[in-house]
Amino acid sequence: MKAVAILWLRQLKRYSRSRVRMVGSLGQPLLFLLALGFGLGPIFSRAGAGDYIEFLSPGIITMGILFTAVFSGIEIIWDRQFGFLKETLVAPVSRLTIVLGRALGGATVALIQGLIVFAICLLAGFRVADPRLLPLALLFMFLIALLFTAIGTALGSVLEDMQGFPLIMNFFVLPLFFFSNALFPIKGLPKALLFAVSLNPLSYGVDGLRVALTGSPLSGFLPDLAVLGVLTAALLALSSYLFSRIEL
Amino acid sequence: MKATPRDPQILTVPGGERAATTVIEIAGLVKKFGDFVAVDHISFAVEEGIVFAFLGPNGAGKTTTIKMLTTVLSPSGGSMRLAGIDPLSEPLLARRAFGIVFQDPTLDDELTAFENMELHGILYGVPRRERRERIAALLSLVALSERAHDLVKKFSGGMRRRLEIARALVHRPKILFLDEPTSGLDPQTRNQIWQYIRELCRERKVTVFFTTHYMEEAERVADRIAIIDHGRIVAQGSPQELTRRTEQKTLEDAFIALTGRDIREEEAAPIDRMRMMRRVWRGRR
Repeated sequence: MKAVAILWLRQLKRYSRSRVRMVGSLGQPLLFLLALGFGLGPIFSRAGAGDYIEFLSPGIITMGILFTAVFSGIEIIWDRQFGFLKETLVAPVSRLTIVLGRALGGATVALIQGLIVFAICLLAGFRVADPRLLPLALLFMFLIALLFTAIGTALGSVLEDMQGFPLIMNFFVLPLFFFSNALFPIKGLPKALLFAVSLNPLSYGVDGLRVALTGSPLSGFLPDLAVLGVLTAALLALSSYLFSRIEL
Repeated sequence: MKATPRDPQILTVPGGERAATTVIEIAGLVKKFGDFVAVDHISFAVEEGIVFAFLGPNGAGKTTTIKMLTTVLSPSGGSMRLAGIDPLSEPLLARRAFGIVFQDPTLDDELTAFENMELHGILYGVPRRERRERIAALLSLVALSERAHDLVKKFSGGMRRRLEIARALVHRPKILFLDEPTSGLDPQTRNQIWQYIRELCRERKVTVFFTTHYMEEAERVADRIAIIDHGRIVAQGSPQELTRRTEQKTLEDAFIALTGRDIREEEAAPIDRMRMMRRVWRGRR
């Protein structure tokens, strides 16, 4: 238990010490929020779909979490290249402990990053519908963070170096974001796109968070929670398995 | 300067009746990467409390052997015992018995020297009070007390090495593995590091198992030497025995007499092979 805690703390310390990384990973969500939010806002409301910032903000918060979480997981590759991974692999703790400590640490960092994006959204004019639902929003944010840290950890355990990184960014992380309901409502989408969006785990996170933050039909969040919960558990198990197969 | 050599035939500690105990035992150890045999049925034993040098040309199997001993690589065959523990069946228990300094640094640059040691102590389950005491004592022993709260990324190569050695001892291991602990360091730093290692080991009665490419270093500090080449042990003994047996003046000449003058493949070769195999294997699935 203490081992999990110290590995968690390590991730937080690394995060708090690298301000550049913190600010750097805010750039993209900020860009999307400002350019799309204010740029497409007028059309969105003219189409009778309401306030776009209101719709977009949960998606942008999710984006901030997604990027940070996948990065945190993939950091294993850095640790492998810069050696620290070996220190943990020869320690008398199980691989599961290491994965849990890392994943919880990475997820916490991603959650903090999501909260910062949340604050920026508030500055841009986003309003929370019902403050009593904030704990639910936090739960969704943390689940999204944990799920994608686990996915990053799984990828980081399989990849040997950073060469595959652009591949993951362009063919995995960005498509996850674009083919989700983060930027547009799913109503009236072409069938193929709708299919992709509903297969995408991120969509369930965005939907749950949107329900919690904007108070739109509350009925929707239970299936979201179930899908995210099951997937997170499965991915944590998969990443522990892949991590346990690492040999030096 | 020279450590007292021990004759392999004499199994009693000078001045004592008790037979010297072996702390590392390897029997018929094999590691294959596909068709390539990196370690080919090696067997040897290391007595408690000595400084043992494991020498060999690049790619001879040194690092692969250390990796198997330290539970990060599984052998293809054979058996091992570390302080009486089988690392294959009880890896977590075995890991408490040794400390290791790998060839490449394994510190976290973004943490301070103290935090690196603290993290190690917690991972090894050392209780808080002892942990703090040991960390303070070890840091002062390697002359890093004043830099304890500086980030490791500001440290020089020599300081990092000293910190890694100190860190490896926080959990009081019986065996200290050092894979090329002095490579890439200047002679001053190398001397200093060996001074620290010997001081630490005298104080803690730790068995040191190290590899190096500096033969004069091995000759100076090792009680016993094993030379590995092409995955096989080609000679064992004290530095004096090896020079005597090969009728050479220095260990370096003895080493060349035993292993030949050919330049070997890079050390990375077996690992590259392993990675390639793994990629192929994964690709197939």
